[in-house]
Amino acid sequence: MKRGGGALVGWMFVAPALIVIGVFFLLPVLAALGLSFTDFNIYALASLKNLRFVGIDNYIAVLRMGLFWKALGNTLYFVVVGVPLSIGAALGAALLVHSRLARWKSFFRVALFTPVVTNLIAVAVIWKYLFQERYGFVNYALSWFGIHPIDWLGNPHMSMPTIILFALWKNFGYSMIIVLAGLQAIPDELYEAARLDGASAWRQVRYITLPMLGPTLMTVGLLTMVGYFQLFAEPYVMTQGGPLQSTLSVLYLLYEQGFNWWNLGFASAIAFVLFVFTMIATWALMRFGRRKGWV
Amino acid sequence: MSGITRLPRLPRLPRLPLLLSLVFAALLGGCTQAPHAQREVLHFWAMGREGLVAARLVQGFEKLHPDIRVEVQQLPWTAAHAKLLTAYAGDTTPDVAQMGNTWIPEMAALRAIVPLDSYIAGSHIVTPSDYFPGIWTSNVIHGKAYGVPWYVDTRLIFYRKDILAAAGFDHAPTSWAGWERMLAAIKARAKPGDWAALLPLNEFEPLVSLALEQPGSFLRDGDQYGNFESPQFEAALRFYLGFFRNGYAPRLDDTQIASVPIEFARGHYAFYISGPWMIREFERQMPAAAWGDWATAPLPGPSGAASNSGIAGGASLVIFRNSRHKAAAWKLIEYLSRPAVQDEFHRLTGDLPPRRSTWARPDIASDPYAVAFRTQLEHARAVPKIAEYEQIVQEMQTIAARAAWGKLSVAQAAAEMNQRTNAILSERRWILRHGGLR
Repeated sequence: MKRGGGALVGWMFVAPALIVIGVFFLLPVLAALGLSFTDFNIYALASLKNLRFVGIDNYIAVLRMGLFWKALGNTLYFVVVGVPLSIGAALGAALLVHSRLARWKSFFRVALFTPVVTNLIAVAVIWKYLFQERYGFVNYALSWFGIHPIDWLGNPHMSMPTIILFALWKNFGYSMIIVLAGLQAIPDELYEAARLDGASAWRQVRYITLPMLGPTLMTVGLLTMVGYFQLFAEPYVMTQGGPLQSTLSVLYLLYEQGFNWWNLGFASAIAFVLFVFTMIATWALMRFGRRKGWV
Repeated sequence: MSGITRLPRLPRLPRLPLLLSLVFAALLGGCTQAPHAQREVLHFWAMGREGLVAARLVQGFEKLHPDIRVEVQQLPWTAAHAKLLTAYAGDTTPDVAQMGNTWIPEMAALRAIVPLDSYIAGSHIVTPSDYFPGIWTSNVIHGKAYGVPWYVDTRLIFYRKDILAAAGFDHAPTSWAGWERMLAAIKARAKPGDWAALLPLNEFEPLVSLALEQPGSFLRDGDQYGNFESPQFEAALRFYLGFFRNGYAPRLDDTQIASVPIEFARGHYAFYISGPWMIREFERQMPAAAWGDWATAPLPGPSGAASNSGIAGGASLVIFRNSRHKAAAWKLIEYLSRPAVQDEFHRLTGDLPPRRSTWARPDIASDPYAVAFRTQLEHARAVPKIAEYEQIVQEMQTIAARAAWGKLSVAQAAAEMNQRTNAILSERRWILRHGGLR
């Protein structure tokens, strides 16, 4: 009796959270899953008589769509290049800010973190102007070194690197703060012992800092990767998926299909395919981490 | 982290002005409701700049009909389409709305709007024969008129007279062949980094305009299949791709261009294809010194001026099926269709009127930049009237852009356009086979 009452109280405490998760997360996800097996589109909006159950046809159509693979390729490009660069930049910045030799630590911490709290849309628009081919400041600055203007966002080979650069600048500060916390948790005694044994600065980083930071880097890597798989706002503002679909991401394709053309069934299928790919990548990263003993 | 914060933020962006205007409208409504509680209230949705101006135009209507109050709600263009669909899904449609002509087939298919034929038949103000034929028919679906054109647009060429003169031409081109000669001559004289023409690769309108100048349509069999491999469309596509393959135009998206009028004024481009709204933009943004240097002309035709055509675009006024004030709604449409009111509308917005009797009024007849539009509007053609139109032409354009970058030949591009279009239209074919939508 007492035990049952305790459980009830427990349930009551978690109920608000469960209800919110259920209504705003679980239900929509289930609805989307159901939708992905139908041909829900503009005609179904007119009359549900036009709604057909199509089984896995949407999934087959997604996998057969050339543009989907193009979008997936672009997204993977963004993830594979962007995530290591972001983590590397975060680690580098954290080491510099953490360094014993650094002055004005809190100033640099704030300065490097600032891009994270800026409004993504606003700064994306500013970057668009900075990287404009004819009038942008970046090309103007490069001209001092005799470098010819580069069409950063208009050339299909340059557009994705430019977007990666932007995402890197925008996001690395967040990871840096987490890494910094990890660095501060490493006991000083380890470094003292290493110094007594005559270890160089590089060896201290290699054999103390990095192994001790493993779990932190793992967390940061996972968060960044899952976030990067959902690339959307940067191309939406800066290139609208162009030029030549070189910055079309899976989420952008989903947005076009779902909200421009109202192909909600098809768009839901894209969402679940993206989910599967994100899961696979997460699983691979976790496996890697487990082997290293970081998870 | 970025994924969590990134996605939800975006759709909110266009909603903010909408929300503000809703709150504003609610406040206004709250202020004025009490004294006029017995007046019939009409809800009128209009987009962008027209929405702002509409609030002024309806004052005259309210004076004429003291028993009707019009509540204008302004929607931003970027959010308007989604807003209309959501309103339909949630049964909160207005009584009257401004609607882009290419959206009307979709709204008619949804049975969201009603045919207006019985009203038109009984009206002495809205006379179909006074409207440009291509514009009027763009609202006629299965023989029923679903909208009354409010303003029109068609895309034609804006060009630099002085650059043409320097290359030895004293008039605008009228045929494709003549145009090509000018493009080649201008490009040959151009400084590095300057071009003969600007056709942004992410805009489908230039290619659609050229395709409409050819006989036939790019869809076939009752708009059930793509017809992009027809010799007529391939000729238009070949001419279009020539701009990029011969180096007349840069391979650019319009997101890469800061300001077309300024670039145009600096002579980076001599030709540009756009619509009437650009007249005001040119006047506003161009340095005064460049004002005398530009002009508008009808789009050159494949075989000369007689084959000129273009997109019959613009926006119309429609009445929603759920409206309980259809008679009053029609009175408003009639009022906004009067030539005198349209003339004022043109003065306020620069939008071009859809009826010939308005064009006869002195104000607009003497506008040198508008004359070319008047000419082309007589020949402009309606685009295919199906809900999937925008999706099809967007896909067409992404394929055309790849061809412009040299990734596809004309025949390969046309074949791929057909294949994509046929896939998009499969749903429509299924619906038609099963008795159609109504």
